[in-house]
Amino acid sequence: MAPDTDTPLTTPLEDRHRALGARMVEFGGWMMPLQYGGILEEHRAVRARAGVFDLSHMGELYVEGADAASGLAYAVTTDPVSLKVGRAHYSMICFPDGGILDDLIIYRLAEERFLIVANAGNSGAVSDALAQRLTGRDAVLDDRSLETAMVAIQGPLAAGVLAPLTDVALDQLRYYGIAEGHVAGAQALVARTGYTGEDGFEVIVDGSSAVTIWDALLDAGRSSGVVPAGLGARDTLRLEAGMPLYGNELGPRTTPYQAGLGRVVKLERTGDFVGRAALEKAHADGPRELLVGLILRGRGIARHGYEVFAEDRRVGVVTSGTMSPTLGDAIAMAYVPPSLAEPGTIVSVQIRDQRVPAEVVPLPFYRRQA
Amino acid sequence: MVPKDLHYSKEHEWVRIEGGVAIVGITDFAAEQLGDIVFVELPDIGRTVAQGEPVGVIESVKAVSDLFCPVAGDIVEVNGELAGRPELLNTDPFGSGWLLRVTTSDKGDIDRLLDAAAYEALTATA
Repeated sequence: MAPDTDTPLTTPLEDRHRALGARMVEFGGWMMPLQYGGILEEHRAVRARAGVFDLSHMGELYVEGADAASGLAYAVTTDPVSLKVGRAHYSMICFPDGGILDDLIIYRLAEERFLIVANAGNSGAVSDALAQRLTGRDAVLDDRSLETAMVAIQGPLAAGVLAPLTDVALDQLRYYGIAEGHVAGAQALVARTGYTGEDGFEVIVDGSSAVTIWDALLDAGRSSGVVPAGLGARDTLRLEAGMPLYGNELGPRTTPYQAGLGRVVKLERTGDFVGRAALEKAHADGPRELLVGLILRGRGIARHGYEVFAEDRRVGVVTSGTMSPTLGDAIAMAYVPPSLAEPGTIVSVQIRDQRVPAEVVPLPFYRRQA
Repeated sequence: MVPKDLHYSKEHEWVRIEGGVAIVGITDFAAEQLGDIVFVELPDIGRTVAQGEPVGVIESVKAVSDLFCPVAGDIVEVNGELAGRPELLNTDPFGSGWLLRVTTSDKGDIDRLLDAAAYEALTATA
């Protein structure tokens, strides 16, 4: 649920963040830790060991009832009917014109019970849209965003740190699986999902258990170099992993096809869903622009909003960019016309008074070793 | 604690006068506020600048920040090592993380800067 006032919400871990010396920022209506020790150090810790994240700002929406699956299938672009119990998939909820309202992870907790995780800044709008789209069906929407906390542990050591703390059999929990159980004695949902490009888990608990889970994960991981990680590292990690961020790569004027995420639009399934007609047309017409990865071949860092040029023509815009801690190169994502989206194409990015050459590269920038 | 023998701008640059040349850097407060610094863009040598003129850019993972030259004069040297090691601005901002050397002719420029006590008072309220 989105806050009704201008005062940002605080997560149950607020005191922990302040005690750790975090720099706090407002994000999606919540006060969140941007960084503790430093973004680079946290980023590298997640790639090499593991990091623990407070994701309590995310929206948690439960849908339950005999029509939960079919109702959601009308509301989103994927097919939750085909989702197996204990599994999740990446999805989108679109406007009638095909623009993206939010990107989601949909978890099937039981035959007639789903959990939808939405972005903090959109969870109110997602909640409203779901309520409207489920009207007249045997499906009850329960927006538990304010009462629910989420703590993630991400990185190669995540499973080893979490395993002794939980009765969930992690070796049987595959990527995009979810199971109910306990973590540090507290009732929890444990999902093998994340936003870093590493193996890892997202632990969803009642807000009253958040401190217990947070402390347990950090205590268990401390001797092996597991650290708390903030939104700054979360952003550089997801960017290296080529994962889109709503508000940067995704928005109401973007279709899933432009973002290279046409796979989440299940046009082949029967039945209507909101945005279907527009998305069928968008699919048939082909996108006017495509999301690409860029690596800068000159000095500079491309940032959100910088313009992309080809032969002195403005052809697109950078959606996200940073200095990649893992690659040591300046990386970015940008929208360009399909004719310039082929890897190896050289474009340039306007950085202050310079046009800096950049090469189109395949996404993601970083892929973990299996 | 900031070094007592330096002069400071409100934009968090420091100046050390050494044999008629002004050495310019940013303070540890500025570096700390920016976070991990990953890119530095410095002016061409030989450029003549006015006091307070933007002469470069310092970028951290999250932020882009202008560098203002706290004294007027000619840029005679820039710290070339920062191109490969921008983190020196975080680890040693008053030493090996220096940015520019500027020949300065106008003593009045220095008088318009803050002393250590005034700069500390400024950052205490920031």
